[in-house]
Amino acid sequence: MKGTMSILLVGVGGQGTILASKILSEVAMRQGYDVKMTEIHGMAQRGGSVVTQVRMGEKVHSPLIEPGQADYIVAFEQLEGLRWMHYLNDHGTVIVNTQRINPMTVITGAAEYPGDALEQIKAGAPNMVQLNALDIAKQLGNMRVVNVVLLGAMAKQTTITKDDWLAALETTVPARFLDLNRQAFLAGYSA
Amino acid sequence: MTKALLTGNEAIARGAYEYGVSVATAYPGTPSTEILENIAQWKEIRAQWSPNEKVALEVAIGASIAGARTLVAMKHVGVNVAADPLFTFTYTGVNGGLVLVSADDPGLHSSQNEQDNRTYARFAKMGLLEPADSQEAKDMVGQALMISERFDVPVMLRTTTRISHSKTLVELGEPQARTLKEYKKDVRKYVAVPANAKVRTGVKQQRLLEMAEFSEQTELNRIEWREKRVGVVTSGIAYQYVKEALPEASVLKLGFTNPIPLKKIADFAAQVEQLWVIEELDPLVEEQIRAAGIKVSGGKAELSRVGEYSPSMIRKAILGEDSTAQAPAAVPVRPPVLCPGCPHRGPFYALRKNRKRVTGDIGCYTLGASAPLESIDTTICMGASIPVALGMEKARPEEVENLVAVIGDSTFLHSGITGLIDTVYNKGTTTIMILDNSITAMTGHQHHAATGQTLQGEATSQVDFEALCRAVGVKRVRVVDAGNLAELEQAIKEETAVREPSVIIARRPCALIAKQTAPRLKVNHDACTGCRMCMSIGCPAISFADKKSTIDPTLCVGCGLCQQVCKFNAIVPEEGQ
Repeated sequence: MKGTMSILLVGVGGQGTILASKILSEVAMRQGYDVKMTEIHGMAQRGGSVVTQVRMGEKVHSPLIEPGQADYIVAFEQLEGLRWMHYLNDHGTVIVNTQRINPMTVITGAAEYPGDALEQIKAGAPNMVQLNALDIAKQLGNMRVVNVVLLGAMAKQTTITKDDWLAALETTVPARFLDLNRQAFLAGYSA
Repeated sequence: MTKALLTGNEAIARGAYEYGVSVATAYPGTPSTEILENIAQWKEIRAQWSPNEKVALEVAIGASIAGARTLVAMKHVGVNVAADPLFTFTYTGVNGGLVLVSADDPGLHSSQNEQDNRTYARFAKMGLLEPADSQEAKDMVGQALMISERFDVPVMLRTTTRISHSKTLVELGEPQARTLKEYKKDVRKYVAVPANAKVRTGVKQQRLLEMAEFSEQTELNRIEWREKRVGVVTSGIAYQYVKEALPEASVLKLGFTNPIPLKKIADFAAQVEQLWVIEELDPLVEEQIRAAGIKVSGGKAELSRVGEYSPSMIRKAILGEDSTAQAPAAVPVRPPVLCPGCPHRGPFYALRKNRKRVTGDIGCYTLGASAPLESIDTTICMGASIPVALGMEKARPEEVENLVAVIGDSTFLHSGITGLIDTVYNKGTTTIMILDNSITAMTGHQHHAATGQTLQGEATSQVDFEALCRAVGVKRVRVVDAGNLAELEQAIKEETAVREPSVIIARRPCALIAKQTAPRLKVNHDACTGCRMCMSIGCPAISFADKKSTIDPTLCVGCGLCQQVCKFNAIVPEEGQ
């Protein structure tokens, strides 16, 4: 890898972006890369818009990813994907979960959910992979693995081998959930 | 050497473990909370949540005077609460080294203000360290303790959200032996009466001169020579942004920033064509450099006094480069909300329905100010709800029946009790609601003096709110179920109608820790008239489309609040649970 690889994980508080970022960081460390990860806790966690930023490479200084710099955006929800789209660089890839979660502004009728969010993302992204990670997770019997399904879909787009990803998964996920998460990862990888 | 990917907070905890800290105290506050949570894993360290930051620092001062290496952690506004003991502790000085971690929040990610606490270090005349990543955060705990013991002064380790909550690689070391320094009674040092403190004033000034010399010598303030066209003086996370934005620039990286090394800065300035000072928030370093007559090419005026910095801001200011990124899409904002099943929703719904003027406080329940509940008139700081209500009553006594102060359980223990005493003492008649969800929720569920458990989860005594309120003189104290709207409304109506102070304790555990006992609910679309009453409680599980409400089964926890507002019995338990 030349330079650094920058990945944004965006979603709604409570969707499990933190575990996904842990697995990502573990992969980076296994490749011998320097890695930095930053995210915001606290008030924003309560059902608000959340973002986790991961950067890896030979040497990483700033943990921040800025507009126009992300190599990958993994969007756990359509609207959040659209919100962060301008962070994608000119050859970047968006992996988007087609799940919709209405923000309070839409629930109260103060704003309208953009019905064409996926089309707008597609129009702005050099590469886009869309999948219904919630359905896949439900089929696997646990809605909470949406995060690992999406990570699997992202992993497919990188040059890091599947075995390296699975090894990182094994050291990050508690043993009793490992089978489920491996299935989730592979389902995303082949979606 | 073992390396681990740690947040700044995890690294500070590790530093406390490796560098011989024996006592650690804190009150939770984003972005500082995880420091004590992580320290709790080591039995060698006596660690505790205190009811507020002032008490946390005072316990830490006692530990230091008794000879222990001590760490006390708080968010930036916590230092305001702890400022009283801090400003005299810099007179007495330490015995065992003491490091005060101030976790600042530029950008106000989770705070009511964005004050730059480095000014406190200068104001109180204490040492100040600013880490630029997790490795430094860990190392600087050791350096802070060393400086503290060498100069007989408390030292501030000042992080920002991007340091506290970013993970970077850290080399783990072996823990040092934990030893106590000898305790000797020393009245002239530790009894801060005027006669003694006057003497200590001189000690304080002399120590500042010695620390200034240390600042010139220490490797914590180091020059990285590259091209000499642009030289940057920087500290904290801004150092990383400078390295990213200006890889060719020479950098004077300041890790020890009070006092600053003015001679080193002057030497550096003399050798570069342009001198820039890049620091987030206040121009603490820049103003001192300018005041010393050193020419500064740019800094605050070209960047910003507010919010976080970034590499692109620095490139734009120094190189004139604009970002070429596409414009953001226009999308609805997604503000944080009270969780499904949150026990704060009922009280705020009842308060709004009864048109009460509500003085609020700090916690998850501050979200009661947001649409659609919009039930809060004021939020200032921890504990302000009760005295602000009293002040409103003093200004407009004839409107007191509209007035309710709302405060959480942890906030009430933090600094609500004195406000309640003032209300009783000065013949206030307001109604105070304690929203008791039995945990410090906003910061991620920390125990406090009324949960019956310590930081480590051991059983301990439990504050009895009812008895406490009665003990300070409140005769009308009643407990209601925060999930029962009829009870809540009746209590609010009755208590605001009487002309004496009253406390309503609205009790129900936080929905994120309570086990779900009631079945999930669904909307019977045949019975739903589309009146939107259920939408007015602001539950994220309920949405409205095609003139009917729908409950998202993945979000509903069956709290039943929507059932209580539905006039058509259209909300029913889901079958088959």
